[in-house]
Amino acid sequence: MSRKILLEHDDVPGIETFDVYRKHGGYRSVEKALKTMSPQNVVEEVQKSGLRGRGGAGFPTGMKWSFLAKPEGVPRYLLCNADESEPGTFKDRYLMEKIPHRLIEGMIVSSYALGANTSYIYIRGEYMWILDILEKAIAEAYANGFLGKNILGSGFDLDLRVAPGGGAYICGEETALIESLEGKRGNPRLKPPFPAVKGLWGCPTVVNNVESIAAVVPIVNDGGDEYAKIGLGKSTGTKLISASGNLVRPGVYEIEMGITVEEFIYGDQYCRGIANNKKLKACIPGGSSVPILPAHLVTKTAEGTDRLMTYESLAEGGFASGSMLGSGGFIVFDEDQCIVRNTWTFARFYAHESCGQCSPCREGTGWMEKVLNRLEHGQGTLEDIDLLAEINKKIEGNTICPLGDAAAWPVAAAIRHFREEFEWHVTHPEESQKRNYGLVLPKSTLV
Amino acid sequence: MVKVTIDDIQIEVEEGTTILNAARQIGGDVVPPAMCFYSKLPGTGGKCRTCLVEVAAGSEKDPRPMPKLVASCSTPVMDGMVVKNKTSERVHENRGGIVEFLLINHPLDCPICDQAGECHLQDLGFEHGKSATRYKEKRRTFDPITIGNKIKLHMNRCILCYRCVAVANQLTDKRVHGVLHRGDHAEISTYIENAIENDFSGNMIDVCPVGALTDKTFRFKSRVWFLKPMEASCSCSKCSGKAVVWMFGNEIYRVTARKDKYGEVESNEDGKTAWICNECRFDKKDASKWSIEGPRTINRHSVISQNLYTSDRKITDKKLN
Repeated sequence: MSRKILLEHDDVPGIETFDVYRKHGGYRSVEKALKTMSPQNVVEEVQKSGLRGRGGAGFPTGMKWSFLAKPEGVPRYLLCNADESEPGTFKDRYLMEKIPHRLIEGMIVSSYALGANTSYIYIRGEYMWILDILEKAIAEAYANGFLGKNILGSGFDLDLRVAPGGGAYICGEETALIESLEGKRGNPRLKPPFPAVKGLWGCPTVVNNVESIAAVVPIVNDGGDEYAKIGLGKSTGTKLISASGNLVRPGVYEIEMGITVEEFIYGDQYCRGIANNKKLKACIPGGSSVPILPAHLVTKTAEGTDRLMTYESLAEGGFASGSMLGSGGFIVFDEDQCIVRNTWTFARFYAHESCGQCSPCREGTGWMEKVLNRLEHGQGTLEDIDLLAEINKKIEGNTICPLGDAAAWPVAAAIRHFREEFEWHVTHPEESQKRNYGLVLPKSTLV
Repeated sequence: MVKVTIDDIQIEVEEGTTILNAARQIGGDVVPPAMCFYSKLPGTGGKCRTCLVEVAAGSEKDPRPMPKLVASCSTPVMDGMVVKNKTSERVHENRGGIVEFLLINHPLDCPICDQAGECHLQDLGFEHGKSATRYKEKRRTFDPITIGNKIKLHMNRCILCYRCVAVANQLTDKRVHGVLHRGDHAEISTYIENAIENDFSGNMIDVCPVGALTDKTFRFKSRVWFLKPMEASCSCSKCSGKAVVWMFGNEIYRVTARKDKYGEVESNEDGKTAWICNECRFDKKDASKWSIEGPRTINRHSVISQNLYTSDRKITDKKLN
């Protein structure tokens, strides 16, 4: 069943205004938390809910909050990471565009829980119109006494600001985001110290994804235990999935975790199958950084069980036959798509977005892009494919931040699962240039 | 004090010491190479990744190995930590990979580069590099630019260690130089090639591990290994006046700060780093302005030491010429 928790009332006209949102039950969690709960209670509820970070890594939010250092007399900060730049991911955009107050409500409750009196929403430069939407909504919240001094007479003060970045992918990495917010070049910091100890302006800081913060609202409203009942196992709650690619009905869907991938792709409530009566060739289930899966591993795991939309099930089989839920950027390829071309496109993106601070990522991403460019344009050799795999191994795990891994994984997975197609580009250079798409796979490998 | 084992050698160091500094206390070939870390410039390190080491046991309390290789220059030691540097096959392999990355866009113009002979990238390439490149593409190129009237920047040779940016941040009062762009098109530059006019900007040349920043008063004058490094001092109002003058006969060809075996500028007796000012570096080329104390030992892997030109050996003009 499709279940709307985060996107509840997203179809109500005028839900982006304070009055309509309030009429539909908005800001209840602020009232509940500030009047009846201690900050520690809120943290406990979030821990009970089992909410996992929705930005990609899936780290439990409650645990992240509990790591926050609380030295006396030092301010703490909550930062919302709205620098949604992962190719294939556009869920936060939808949420902020449609129901900006949901995020603001979540920010108030989360800031209360963490004891932050100044919080920032760091939004990517390409989302300028959403900046306007958020600022309007924040002004309304100030006017109605939900932001500013002494909120609802509880004695809790909160200033909420929106800070736009310059549109760099790297600023979605939490320490680069902090650097950028401080007005510096967006280079990731060395860890440790982690932001929970030394973050913004050297103070303890928590950085959370838009969706994670929005999910705090239903957790406080209904209680952590209730929220934990939704979903499956350790993947609790609902998840926003940005479905794109060759689908009949791409878009942002809120799903209860635990539905099968098959239902998500072919179900009537969701994407309704592959467009133009084509067959599924491959799928990237969690945004461009996660490994690509060939058709036979999308709906079934290597053991033959149904693949589910959960953190665990998508990762089943490790990197050999699994992938990751990541940020929920669900990209689907039909039989006419060229994997080599797609891999090159991603490599180009990462080479462009690498900050250039540490050598493996700076030089490695550029090198991979050049080799893939050669392969895609029919000038590669068979050794180039092995070379790519080698470069991958030297980048992976050796960089300061996860961008290096994010750049290496999709290339490694594409070679692992679609090696014939890379080889076909080498052995059939002319043919591969004539058509825009890659090797025609035997029908039996498609779903 | 905490106990740490590096390559089967145990040492006790102060808490908070990084793995690299602990290894330097042991010395010898246990020390991982460091291209970007510079102990005299706080905040440097972690970028080049050549100092990666394997941590086989995290600490006494939690003896699990760390899954990834860690940058030894920025990872503090824990009590009971077991580190593998030269004894780890994984480190050797990955360090080779990093060196390959650093060299793919490096022009390898050592025959005409002033840094040759005292270049850390040469040493690193010699120790960990491969004999042939697998890089078939065109190397990225930049035009050399002049920063200030005494410093030349060859961006092609740069490995983006950010050391000179730290010098600009920490030693000079008005920073006009930094990193522009990002990824593999990132470059060190000044705002619209502004001249760097500052008494201590010349120290960028000393901290540069490669030949990207060179001394314009010395460029193409001589190979470093043909010169005699002599410890010398002068009375200077701006700096400590303690330097190394590089002579040929009685002529001073260049002046540098006194560097230790890791290529880092030494400290004075008072614990401050003996950076030298631009006047001493660029303008005092007259031997009468310096009181020469004696020959300087150039340590570690430099080809200069291959001349057997050390302080315990008598130098004769015959040998030098």
